[in-house]
Amino acid sequence: MEDQRKVNKLIIDDTAYETLLTGKFKNRKQYIKKDPNLINAFIPGVIRDINVKKGQSVKEGDQLLILEAMKMKNILSSHRNGKIKEIKVKSGDMVLKNQLLIVLE
Amino acid sequence: MSFIGKLTDFLFRHEKVKIGGGEKAIQKQAAMGKMTARERINALLDPDTFFEYDLFVKHEGKDFGMDKKDLPADGVITGSGSILNHPVCIFAQDFTVAGGSLGLAHARKITKIMDHSIKMGIPLIGINDSGGARIQEGVNSLAGYGEIFFRNTLASGVIPQISVILGPCAGGAVYSPALTDFVFVVDKISKMFITGPEVIKTVLGEEITMEELGGARIQSEVTGNAHFYAKSEMECFEQIRRLCTFIPWNNSKKANPFPSKNPNSKYNIEKIIPSDPSRPYDVRDIIYSVVDGSDFLEIHEHWAANIVIGFARINGETIGIVGNQPLVLAGVLDVDSSDKAARFIRFCDAFNIPLLTLVDLPGYLPGVDQEHAGVIRHGAKILYAYSEATVPKVTVIMRKAYGGGYIAMCSRHLGADFVFAWPTAEIAVMGPEGAANIIFKNEIAEAADPNEMRKQKVAEYTEKFANPYVAAANGYIDAVINPNETRKILIQTLQLSKQKKEPRPLRKHGIPPF
Repeated sequence: MEDQRKVNKLIIDDTAYETLLTGKFKNRKQYIKKDPNLINAFIPGVIRDINVKKGQSVKEGDQLLILEAMKMKNILSSHRNGKIKEIKVKSGDMVLKNQLLIVLE
Repeated sequence: MSFIGKLTDFLFRHEKVKIGGGEKAIQKQAAMGKMTARERINALLDPDTFFEYDLFVKHEGKDFGMDKKDLPADGVITGSGSILNHPVCIFAQDFTVAGGSLGLAHARKITKIMDHSIKMGIPLIGINDSGGARIQEGVNSLAGYGEIFFRNTLASGVIPQISVILGPCAGGAVYSPALTDFVFVVDKISKMFITGPEVIKTVLGEEITMEELGGARIQSEVTGNAHFYAKSEMECFEQIRRLCTFIPWNNSKKANPFPSKNPNSKYNIEKIIPSDPSRPYDVRDIIYSVVDGSDFLEIHEHWAANIVIGFARINGETIGIVGNQPLVLAGVLDVDSSDKAARFIRFCDAFNIPLLTLVDLPGYLPGVDQEHAGVIRHGAKILYAYSEATVPKVTVIMRKAYGGGYIAMCSRHLGADFVFAWPTAEIAVMGPEGAANIIFKNEIAEAADPNEMRKQKVAEYTEKFANPYVAAANGYIDAVINPNETRKILIQTLQLSKQKKEPRPLRKHGIPPF
């Protein structure tokens, strides 16, 4: 049901096999290398407090914002020293998993 | 009161409770395209065989006005009956009574029938159609679920357990079906999830319909939670009755034998298999060509289709078949297909069903998503399940058996009793292209014409290793056989294995990688 009746090629150990691909295989997530400047939501939830401003310098461990999810207030802190380049959300925003919150430089 | 009076009183009480939630609720159920719990039981079981227990059970809920509420049969119908003249135990939740919600009395009726089916050594069929826990009964309804899960686990591998999802099955309720052996779903009727769309929306802001979240198609195509998918309740009951012809009634029995029947002659192995190992074919055609009457009951047809599993008969006796499917994803092993095959192998082993493994795969599926999804842990399940199984294990290597895939697919090394290979088999560490590129890396790079050199080396490797004879020379396969004689040889080997005994070291239980 999920495969389309169209033969594709799947390469394994340098051999191209003629075969059908499943929807799950076609929709698999491509691996993207993590950009250390981007801070994303690790869980969907609501932004509560934003403790930093654009252009502000931050040190490793500084609290950036609070992301409320599953009735818990999660503190997101900076994983390194740097400067806030951009803040993509405001307090009260509902965010999805992996949504971009803050850009460091 | 006279005898007649008492009898009339009994019949009156009986009728009153049997009507369940009343005319209005029954109409509502019909409007949703659903049969009532009683209709379902009668449609599934042999006619006039249902014998009901605990019709007059009453709940003891006291809070929130529950003490004034009368819930007929407490929203679940339990009893025994027969399928194809063999006894089974059954329960069916009645959505017309308080939404089929589960309170303590409701749960105790279910656990009673479960205990009964374990004692009697007969299969248990549960029809789920319930809004979930009866909130008014609080922690008592949680206790009820827990007691059901506990018995599902005790019964696992002792009696076959079948779950039928014919309505919502949400929250904790889904874990009883998940612990059972076969889950049946019906299009547009079945819905299974841990947290529903409303909770997901308020907590996480993600919008999704019930159907997209956990409808019948999702459960049978994406999650693999459901084993059988049907378009209607009647089709679903037919599937259950058919399944019952293939399985034994408990773990001390064998499945009932049927008269042997030749396969349909239109399935001809020579015409099905392309000799080029990179071209696809449908492994089910091979199955049809060797099993009785070309009759194969496929399980998990729509999920992880790169491996095919199901029941069939050879010479009248049930066998479990696991076959790589070259038609889908070249038949690779991956997270889902390993999971699918491993659980099935364990079911067959628990219920004395010999295993036939049909091999044609290039190996495990490469990819970051697979590695990060834990293909090591999931792939290990199939190794564990095959090694653990002590039922007769027969393996036929049809074409490719490369690398880790060769080992995993019930090789001699995992304890297969018989390993046969067709002359088209290629049993090697990897495919000729990949192997030549590694072994002759320098020769190819240094050649005046690398492409020509590569071609030559691939041909050399193919000639030497892409065959069954290297493995045969090591005794890893018992015989290279004529594909046209496969059925005859399967009949002989299964006949030979009937008395098979394979004692294992005593232990409480193994620790499979799940």
